[in-house]
Amino acid sequence: MSTDTDVPVTTPADVTDRAREILGVSRLTNRALTSWLHGLPGVDQVGAEARAASLGTRSIKTTSKAWAIDTAISMIDLTTLEGADTPGRVRGLATRALTPDPSDLTTPRPAAVCVYGDMVGHAKDVLGDSGVKVAAVATAFPSGRASMPVKLADTADAVSAGADEIDMVIDRGAFLSGDYLTVFDQIVAVKEACGGARLKVIMETGELVTYDNVRRASYLSMLAGGDFIKTSTGKVQPAATLPVTLVMLQAVRDWRTLTGQMVGVKPAGGIRTSKDAIKFLVTVHEVAGEDWLTNEWFRFGASSLLNDLLLQRQKMTTGAYSGSDYIADDSPSLY
Amino acid sequence: MPTFEYAPAPESRSVVDIKSSYGLFIDGEFADSRGGTPFKTISPSTEEVLAEVSEASTDDVDRAVAAARTAYRSWSRLSGADRGKYLFRIARIMQERAREFAVLESLDNGKPIKESRDVDVPIAAAHFFYHAGWADKLAYASLGDNPRPHGVVGQVIPWNFPLLMLAWKIAPALATGNTVVLKPAETTPLTALLFAEVCQQADLPPGVVNIITGAGATGQALVAHEGVDKVAFTGSTAVGKAIARTIAGTRKKATLELGGKAANIVFDDAPLDQAVEGIVTGIFFNQGHVCCAGSRLLVQETVAEEVEAKLKARLATLRVGDPLDKNTDIGAINSREQLDRINTLVKVGEEEGAVRWSPECELPANGFWFRPTVFTGVSQTHRIAQEEIFGPVLSVLTFRTPGEAVAKANNTPYGLSAGIWTEKGSRILWMADQLKAGVVWANTFNKFDPASPFGGYKESGYGREGGRHGLSAYVTTGATK
Repeated sequence: MSTDTDVPVTTPADVTDRAREILGVSRLTNRALTSWLHGLPGVDQVGAEARAASLGTRSIKTTSKAWAIDTAISMIDLTTLEGADTPGRVRGLATRALTPDPSDLTTPRPAAVCVYGDMVGHAKDVLGDSGVKVAAVATAFPSGRASMPVKLADTADAVSAGADEIDMVIDRGAFLSGDYLTVFDQIVAVKEACGGARLKVIMETGELVTYDNVRRASYLSMLAGGDFIKTSTGKVQPAATLPVTLVMLQAVRDWRTLTGQMVGVKPAGGIRTSKDAIKFLVTVHEVAGEDWLTNEWFRFGASSLLNDLLLQRQKMTTGAYSGSDYIADDSPSLY
Repeated sequence: MPTFEYAPAPESRSVVDIKSSYGLFIDGEFADSRGGTPFKTISPSTEEVLAEVSEASTDDVDRAVAAARTAYRSWSRLSGADRGKYLFRIARIMQERAREFAVLESLDNGKPIKESRDVDVPIAAAHFFYHAGWADKLAYASLGDNPRPHGVVGQVIPWNFPLLMLAWKIAPALATGNTVVLKPAETTPLTALLFAEVCQQADLPPGVVNIITGAGATGQALVAHEGVDKVAFTGSTAVGKAIARTIAGTRKKATLELGGKAANIVFDDAPLDQAVEGIVTGIFFNQGHVCCAGSRLLVQETVAEEVEAKLKARLATLRVGDPLDKNTDIGAINSREQLDRINTLVKVGEEEGAVRWSPECELPANGFWFRPTVFTGVSQTHRIAQEEIFGPVLSVLTFRTPGEAVAKANNTPYGLSAGIWTEKGSRILWMADQLKAGVVWANTFNKFDPASPFGGYKESGYGREGGRHGLSAYVTTGATK
């Protein structure tokens, strides 16, 4: 990946200054954040879901389908986040990221491998400077219920082990109780602990429930310096739905209008088929725009999605469906 | 730079079998016209001739009305349950042949296949299902004492929703025991003729539904025919007035569903992204060939700039082109005549000083096309704010207070529909009460359901279609005289 999109290292003071400027306040208080977030236009649930459904009816065929499948593969954060993960399993996953389809070496590589912090070193050993990033979940993933020193240590540990990207979780309890300043401060602090690593902010939209909350959490995460906004941990249902992702894509689009800066979007959890992935790409294309159609700015958090994309890719190349026996998979489900 | 070009995804034409010429559907059979001059129907997206269609002469109108009268004697005496069975059967066949109807509708009308497939055909079938359910429950529909049919109904429908308007007209008429002579628009007769085949397939008794094709003269002859007991018309206000004059002083009942110049009102506390979708659906759905189209956007001054910017960005993603491509959002203008009218009014808008804007998009070389167009800086006195353009042209006006919005929205001879966009429920109720429009949508637009009555105030016509109100237009009540 090119270096010009590397994250500029910003200090907490920079982020807070910008936030004060955007809000037009001299001191960043919870009241100021509340009136800003609650002043955002609401989201009509019926309308948002209808728009997502209509984007889902686009018919993507032939050359555009081939392009979409390759693009989707290149946007995957290939993920294993199990208590039962072992170094061997993580190495297997990382190896797979380097050669997703041994029968066709033109297959693009996923964007990153996403693991727990203690597995970063094992992934990094395999991936090295291949260009495939190592992403680590941190901040007491998935619940986020730990003290700040623990969350920051969790983050610093992953970064020092070589993580290129950090996937943090917000404090949903604080968010839902209206304590936006706490959520803001925590994101700012984690961002600082990230150093040069890109920060993805997991909002756990399944716990935020309403689209109004999703929009507010998106703006709060962007205001606090998140490089990506991410739907879910994958441990809570519902995870990445198309309407939730649509609302987030509208948020990053409008954020760029407001600040000139791009923020990435990562739906994670529940996207399993090529057909679904293509619906997300259509939504990225028609809502945020073409600039987001690269793995710098859009990712899929997924584990089994790659299998179906490879199956469809083989079908497009050979004209026939093979089957799961022809998709090399080193990390099948334990269950 | 990545590019996500959507490859062509055309729906196959092979599902539909278009004959080279069609007769008139009278008394359950296709028959040649007696003395009419055949005319051609073309595909507005390519100008390709699709078929030759008969023009019904006054003789043919006589025959059709006579067939309907004969059929009325038995059809009106059939039990409601039995009439319902026929309607259910028609509804199911329409669903089974949905693709055929959708492709034919897009070919003959020019509308995108995603609309004919997802809106026109399913809602048309839904109207038959809905009214099939009412057929044996008319006594319990609160229509009044002793509800009974009028007799023979003459129906004239427009070209914008050919099959859907047919369903709105025929389903309630049959459910209540009337028989029908229907004339589809001259530019879009083919789905009505396919529907005639469905009537045969459903073993509908001959003469219950008669479909006669032709232009204005045929419509006039039908409306004026002394054997017709009730007239139902959807179309322009000018023709509606002519029909009202024709039938004045006769026994004939009428429902008229005419033009509109609906206001789509966006308050500053609206869900803006969804409001923008609603504006797009309001005026660019079906190329703006919608009588209830939200052709006037009234936006609160405080968010006018933001809404305008979002709207323009959204319009840039609309895909204009081949109606049979599944990814087409905007299809062809239905006829050269209509395209000329749109061009004329748009020129007037420019001359009057409104600012015209359209997204960049390539238009096909053949056929009738018009880019989605937005006029800003429009005031009430501009002709484009007053006259129905019936095309993909939006006029943007602003307001400052709810009272001003109501005054501007109502300041039109029409009163068919209106839209309100706000997160404040109390304001929705207050506005809906003030707006002189037959249909008021809140935080949505152009949603149709068979159970929901549709119709206008003022010059948008009278009578309602759909729901119990729609049924009441097809029955007479009280003691038998």
